[in-house]
Amino acid sequence: MILYLLSLILAFIWVVITGSASLLNLIFGFALSTFALWIVRDEMSARGYLPRLGRILSLLALFFKELALSAWKVAMVVLRPRMDLKPGIFAFPLTVDRDFEITLLANLITLTPGTMSVDVSDDRKFLYVHAIDCSDVEAPKRDIANGFEKKIMEAFR
Amino acid sequence: MDVVFAIFTAILILGGAAFALVAAIGLNRFPDVYSRMHAASKAGTVGSGLLLLAVGVHSGELSVLARALAGFFFFVLTAPVSAHLLAIAALKAGYSMSDKTVTNEME
Repeated sequence: MILYLLSLILAFIWVVITGSASLLNLIFGFALSTFALWIVRDEMSARGYLPRLGRILSLLALFFKELALSAWKVAMVVLRPRMDLKPGIFAFPLTVDRDFEITLLANLITLTPGTMSVDVSDDRKFLYVHAIDCSDVEAPKRDIANGFEKKIMEAFR
Repeated sequence: MDVVFAIFTAILILGGAAFALVAAIGLNRFPDVYSRMHAASKAGTVGSGLLLLAVGVHSGELSVLARALAGFFFFVLTAPVSAHLLAIAALKAGYSMSDKTVTNEME
């Protein structure tokens, strides 16, 4: 994670130093800093940088798709003449256990269709999620486990 | 080309405004504080994100676009956190969930 921030910072420094703030130059700076970090990969234990970058980008793509879907779904629920809600809170069993992964998962859940994370249990085994439609609690649990949680595991493990 | 650009910006602005409106209506129509946060966090984020994007695209300058994107990034970062904190605060303060609630696995 620190490595990506590092190469982003390096890319910005590149843009500042070359004095041309164009998108192309930023991308070039990013490629350059990635290459520079790749040269020192052994010292920085940055193996698997490129495949991991791909998986992080795929997590990002999934997120934007779900965000658009979720805004649309909420809009449809709001504009329906008769609101037929079955709200509720379910406990999602967590597989990820690091602070940063739980935070990321909780944020992603909040911005996806019909679900919003409320709290983490004290032993950090469950994430309590509020859902607009709680008629079937197993379906959203399955979606989260096979969607975001799996992608997070792939991207950061 | 200018026309295409203007229409694209207009679509972004109208879309953003529509989502912001839906978020506001949702705040009024949902039955309890927890489901209200759904409308505020999702439709609100997308609405303001589209508006910010419209500002960045309309300016035609990369530096403005970059700042608009940074603004959207911070929206995505902070909106879930505030929704989450409001929900947990309401829960701790003892606001009951709407009587339509079907499950609560928190107890």
